[in-house]
Amino acid sequence: MTERLRVRVDPDKCQGHARCKALAPELFELDEYGNAHEAGDGMVPPGLEDKARLAKSNCPEIAIDVIEE
Amino acid sequence: MSDVSQPAAHPPVTDWVNDFDHTDPQWTEDPFPIWDELRAASPVVHTDRFLGCYMPTTYDAVREIANDSEHFSSRRIIVRDVRPEISRNAAPPITSDPPVHKPAKQLLLPPFTPDAMKKLEPRMRAICNELIDGFIADGRVDAAARYSKYIPVQAIAHMLGIPESDSDLFINWIHMILELGIKDENMLLQAVHEMSAYFSAHIEERKKKPTDDLISYLMNARDKEGQPLEDSHVLGSLRLLLIAGIDTTWSAIGSSLWHLARTPADRERLIAEPDLIPTAVEELLRAYSPVTMAREVVGETTISGCPVKPGNMVLLSFPAANRDPKMFPDADKVVIDRRENRHAAFGLGIHRCIGSNLARMEMQVALEEWLKRIPDFRLDPAGTVTWSQGTVRGPRQLPFLLEKAM
Repeated sequence: MTERLRVRVDPDKCQGHARCKALAPELFELDEYGNAHEAGDGMVPPGLEDKARLAKSNCPEIAIDVIEE
Repeated sequence: MSDVSQPAAHPPVTDWVNDFDHTDPQWTEDPFPIWDELRAASPVVHTDRFLGCYMPTTYDAVREIANDSEHFSSRRIIVRDVRPEISRNAAPPITSDPPVHKPAKQLLLPPFTPDAMKKLEPRMRAICNELIDGFIADGRVDAAARYSKYIPVQAIAHMLGIPESDSDLFINWIHMILELGIKDENMLLQAVHEMSAYFSAHIEERKKKPTDDLISYLMNARDKEGQPLEDSHVLGSLRLLLIAGIDTTWSAIGSSLWHLARTPADRERLIAEPDLIPTAVEELLRAYSPVTMAREVVGETTISGCPVKPGNMVLLSFPAANRDPKMFPDADKVVIDRRENRHAAFGLGIHRCIGSNLARMEMQVALEEWLKRIPDFRLDPAGTVTWSQGTVRGPRQLPFLLEKAM
């Protein structure tokens, strides 16, 4: 079974620590204030699942969800 | 610089749980076992010192307070013996509460994004190498006084557009505000006054001749109604950038070098695997977090089940949170390849450090350039390591013997 993951940043919780962008630059983008949002629709391309989980487990504000679809 | 004045003496602590004092020499030297003792006693402890002060000891309690700006105000952010008058534009946004906090912070965020920091990086590498050139041939160095101290001070001077040659002036003000000012209000007020006069002169100069730096950036900023910021706001934010930009990162770089001097295995691994340095920097930030902020209790509430009363201050210890074993396995060990590291060194919630991207870049560059040229170093057994007191913790004397330096 192929695992499909989607990342999501809660904009109300994000405070712009930018850990997600440093750890998984393919999956997250920053706005002009340095606050993060998911790149595109947030779908995690195959091979980047580990990076998605790493970003989640390093977000100081617990603002990132990794959802199995 | 401790000869500037002698702060008032505090009686030595004999009962840490009920009478803690973060300026006690035992705490300054080695706070980690004290935090363990406090944490084992309660998630929130209290002292009658400093006109009444709480300290959350667990990660959860620190997070609860950091996320509750209704009961915990940022109008006072340093625990002192005295409570100086509240000034509306003391150092926005760090001294601001909602709703004025957000617009004041948004103003300052764009110049400190990771992309903006990338542009600064070449200048930082040059600064580090210029500093190393100054002592490398000596075979020994006080790495705090001659390396870690000048990296952040020159970086923030560069960004503000003020002379890097004024570094010692800035360092002295910050020592007066963050350390001596805990026990000596006059010292604090004198430094704030001198700093304000210094920035006012730079503002006047830029009115005649605008520049491309953070001072002009703030002078040109407009609020949502299109109005320029009040002069007191510009001055307050400039004071914040200078105060927050210097001994915080100085301390973080110094503690990191202190760790590597005492831990050859970690040093050798970072030299062999330089790609690990960003991960190691996060762990060094967790283990030796320099900054402890404060809040003032302005409403009755409970934290982790403990009641807190208005009028008291709170020592909001991000460093103690980062040593909570419930949050971090082997919290007392430095694990330079720790993968899950949700540390709170830059604060949590709306007051997340504006300069976190700058500090991270400075730490990475400072360690990379040092390790490239000085792969082998150790503490000088003939010297003494000393630590700063109070708000920001880091080595102030760091005597090293340098081997095989190039």
